[in-house]
Amino acid sequence: MSKIVITGIGAISAIGNSTEDFLSSLMENRHGIKPISILRTALAGKYLAGEVKLSNEALQHMSGISGMQSRTSLLAAVAVKEAISIAQLDYALLAQTGIISSTTVGGMDNTEEFYYDFKENKNIDFAKLHPSGQHTNQLANYFGIDAYVSTVSTACSSASNAMIIGARLIKSKQVDRVIVGGADALSKFTLNGFKSLMILSDTHCKPFDNNRKGLNLGEAAAYVVLESEEAAIKRGVKILANLEAYSNVNEAYHQTASSPNGDGAFEAMTKSLAMANLKVSEVDYINAHGTGTDNNDSSESMAINRLFKGEDIKFSSTKAFTGHTLAAAGGVEAVISILCLNHGFIPANLNFENPIDGAELTPITELQLDVKPLNYILSNSFGFGGNNTTLLFSKYKI
Amino acid sequence: MGVEVVSYIRIKDHKAWINGEALNLDFSAMSFLKAIYKDLGLKYPKFYKMDELSKLGFIASEMLLQNNNVKSIINDFKQDKIGVILQNSDSTIDVDSNFYDSILDEQKHFPSPALFVYTLPNIVLGEISIRNKFKGENALFVFQKYNMTFGVDYINSLFENNKIEACVGGWFNANSENYDAFLYFAKGTNKQENAHTVDNISKIYK
Amino acid sequence: MEELKNKLKAQIIEALNLEDVEVEDISNSDALFGDGLGLDSIDALELIVLLEREYGIKMDDAAEGKTILQSVNSMAEYIQLKKA
Repeated sequence: MSKIVITGIGAISAIGNSTEDFLSSLMENRHGIKPISILRTALAGKYLAGEVKLSNEALQHMSGISGMQSRTSLLAAVAVKEAISIAQLDYALLAQTGIISSTTVGGMDNTEEFYYDFKENKNIDFAKLHPSGQHTNQLANYFGIDAYVSTVSTACSSASNAMIIGARLIKSKQVDRVIVGGADALSKFTLNGFKSLMILSDTHCKPFDNNRKGLNLGEAAAYVVLESEEAAIKRGVKILANLEAYSNVNEAYHQTASSPNGDGAFEAMTKSLAMANLKVSEVDYINAHGTGTDNNDSSESMAINRLFKGEDIKFSSTKAFTGHTLAAAGGVEAVISILCLNHGFIPANLNFENPIDGAELTPITELQLDVKPLNYILSNSFGFGGNNTTLLFSKYKI
Repeated sequence: MGVEVVSYIRIKDHKAWINGEALNLDFSAMSFLKAIYKDLGLKYPKFYKMDELSKLGFIASEMLLQNNNVKSIINDFKQDKIGVILQNSDSTIDVDSNFYDSILDEQKHFPSPALFVYTLPNIVLGEISIRNKFKGENALFVFQKYNMTFGVDYINSLFENNKIEACVGGWFNANSENYDAFLYFAKGTNKQENAHTVDNISKIYK
Repeated sequence: MEELKNKLKAQIIEALNLEDVEVEDISNSDALFGDGLGLDSIDALELIVLLEREYGIKMDDAAEGKTILQSVNSMAEYIQLKKA
């Protein structure tokens, strides 16, 4: 059966407006967590976030899309545009390409502006931007992506799940290539929501640190172009990596909390390795979910300890760079993993000081260059609702 | 190896059916979903804390899974081989709006964590999975209307790839005015009858 | 104090949608979490919102909630302390 390969990547987040920017930010330990200045919210002075420091007008200009757009779809358009350009997709190819995007907030930013008008039946047009599927339809229309259009919403594992579905579409020969990923703009909705859950840190998040105080939210869009190896070779495009394996499980423990034993994370990682027939010792790096919350990081640590049983494993969370970008997180971290495979580096887990009591796990705290071997990377994304996904990316070898 | 539909339920226009047979409900004194909850004799206080979409998903899945056709065989499947693959159109619009009401008024700014949690459309999958200890693949797709072809193909491919041995599939949607649900339980089989095909699903989805 | 406790019970029942539970069913010393009323972590957060909304008491650290939200007794004592 033809392999699933990646022929394009595109991203925008607090660490840059392109994958090239991402690479230099990661290489220079330059995070994007700053005081909130773009989103208008009463919480602006109180919390830090990973915002894209561009107005909607600037994003509109960058993406080239005009007319009424939500910030989520503007971010998405910028990232998709880059992915299309790297994968060298022209109009004819795009018409035969599918898109599976994902989001949790959709057009929430517009809804926030016009909610009261909407309730009084004024300015109804903006309500049309609210549904989750809207941004995907806009992307499909704007770029002329015609073979398949769908939207996933499974909280913080959304973009990773979009990749699983995309891979299956290719395997079942419904399409040769599909653009997959996710986008989420920062919104009052999520900021207040996470605040009410008391898992927002009032300072920089510290993934896997014993004294972590919660997460920083971020906004981002990130996409990859998945393609059958056969189709990619036929059209002679450069192949960036393989999507080697994937798995999605439900932990069936609690709507929001992960189990203390990390059962879901353990199962998701184990099943991905089994799908690829890979031994635990062959994993070179884990890009962890590592949000910086008490619950996630201790649960994920347990899962890592159970899987690797004391074997040395390199892992880090990049959320201290980007913030937790919710539905886009799996996309952002897929792009980062692919950059790692191509440039032989492991990004630092910023702000780490002391290992979690009982887990005794220390992530990679300093940027590592010329890492050898760096062939297999696990990327974890865990969502509320117990939805746990692990993707396995590998270095492409001819 | 094929896939067979073992059982199905329908909720529509304030009526409910299990395998085509209508439930006799009296909901004059209580809400429609609560009437089904009482009718099924459920004791799950968590139900009352859920948003409307989760309540509907929970009730629909209980109707499906508590009926004998399913109950008698459910233990034959491994927990991590039971999937939940559903579709919906309005996502969580009802609770989104309620949550907004708790954050947008600056005088009464008390964001509710309980409401926020339910603004994620996949929470209902979590609720169903927690209740039944289902640990297989789960996904919720948002389409404008029930996309039967997609649902059937997706679930069949999970069976073909040995990702699941059994599955809750179908469609459910809730907004402040209306409930609509069609859920079915499918399992792997060697038999020809009740095959999990678009033709057969469209016959029982009415 | 008794009046405050009864009011608090009614507010808890309403805020947490405890259907089929009456004020009389909750004793002052009952554990609200775990075996008692069977509340979970989301309920705890909702009780923290209740304290702010109804009594103007802000709690910034979820860990602080663990002792305060143990029972109706501990919640009422905390409210009195803060209001004094």
